[in-house]
Amino acid sequence: MATTASSRDLWGTVGARIGIIRRVYRVTPGLYAVGSPGPQSAVLVTANYKLSFDALRLQLDGVDAWLLVLDTRGINVWCAAGKGTFSTEEVIQSVKRFQLDRVVSHRQLVLPQLAASGVTAQEVKRGCGFQVLFGPVRASDLPAYLQRDKQCSEAMREVTFTLAERAVLIPVELFLLAKPLLIILGLVFLLSGIGPSLFSLTQALERGPILLGATMLGIAGGAVLTPLLLPWLPCRQFWLKGLWAGLAIAVCTWPLFASRLALPEQGALALWELTLSSYLAMNFTGSTPFTSPSGVEYEMRRGIPAQLAATCLTLALWVSSPFF
Amino acid sequence: MHGYRYIDGTATLKVDRERCIGCGNCVLVCPHRIFALNPEGLEVRDPNLCMECGACARNCPVQVFTVAPGVGCAVALLSAWVNRLLGRKVLSDCC
Repeated sequence: MATTASSRDLWGTVGARIGIIRRVYRVTPGLYAVGSPGPQSAVLVTANYKLSFDALRLQLDGVDAWLLVLDTRGINVWCAAGKGTFSTEEVIQSVKRFQLDRVVSHRQLVLPQLAASGVTAQEVKRGCGFQVLFGPVRASDLPAYLQRDKQCSEAMREVTFTLAERAVLIPVELFLLAKPLLIILGLVFLLSGIGPSLFSLTQALERGPILLGATMLGIAGGAVLTPLLLPWLPCRQFWLKGLWAGLAIAVCTWPLFASRLALPEQGALALWELTLSSYLAMNFTGSTPFTSPSGVEYEMRRGIPAQLAATCLTLALWVSSPFF
Repeated sequence: MHGYRYIDGTATLKVDRERCIGCGNCVLVCPHRIFALNPEGLEVRDPNLCMECGACARNCPVQVFTVAPGVGCAVALLSAWVNRLLGRKVLSDCC
């Protein structure tokens, strides 16, 4: 396998990161090689999500190694470990299926550290005779790890969530909103046209874009600003962080709408921006490497009722306004 | 993880320090480095940093750890709640 990216790989990465081909961006499971590995070369195990596979091989310039690609249904290492596809069984079965004992003379497998939530090292040894070594979190540390006789520094074992790592998650969050947004679009125009004459198209076309604009601002708050400013937004609960992001946006954009709208309508818009931002920020929990399911449940039991109530109030204010 | 703390007092990690044999697997595999092995035994340095991934429980030979499994994702949880409420699979996961 090449250790440098082709333009096809780069476009593939863009497509996967946006979300278009994310679910089908896979590599066939099996045994691959980088450089010219021999019977003594290390065996590096990974998932068959192509971004994972590329993340691994593109860091291995100048390295001779075997890459054992498991069938994780196209899911990345850490998620697959949690879902049970990057599992003890899958490792054992793959070692046997691809006859690894005939390819290498040693009996060691290097797994990514983050596979540990799905793989019991001792059981792999019992099942196929290979010892599992948990290597670094990031593939970029692999060359150093292999040179240091498979020793990890503490930094190699710690998970990070840098600005770049957070920013790269934004496109797929927006992509996943495309379908719900169409439904919201329809509702926005329908609700904006309700008035004394039951339904007015003129009114809908007049007020609809404004509510749509507020919707986009709410999305900007929860799906763009929140990931970018995550460590600096106040509060631990993400739905509250989203409120702060939404508030910042609402305050900054207030002058754009204020002159054209009655006070209840201004209130509805601000409330909608805050609510949407809060909801989408809460959804970002699934994209982070540090939120626990118990913590997420804790904040959802508080956030969701608040968001539902705020949505109802928004609707009440927006729909009733033309009647006064 | 440096700079990131989630909600204190929610992680369900239970540690039975008496059972520990000092193998060090947990210290190795924890993605947030919350464990340490001292002469006094196993130390949980910061239990509130636990994200319930289960790597420690998965790799402990003597069952020191109990932790409730799950995904730290609001969408997954919301889908599960809605689907349970409606009795069928209306919302699917995005992963």
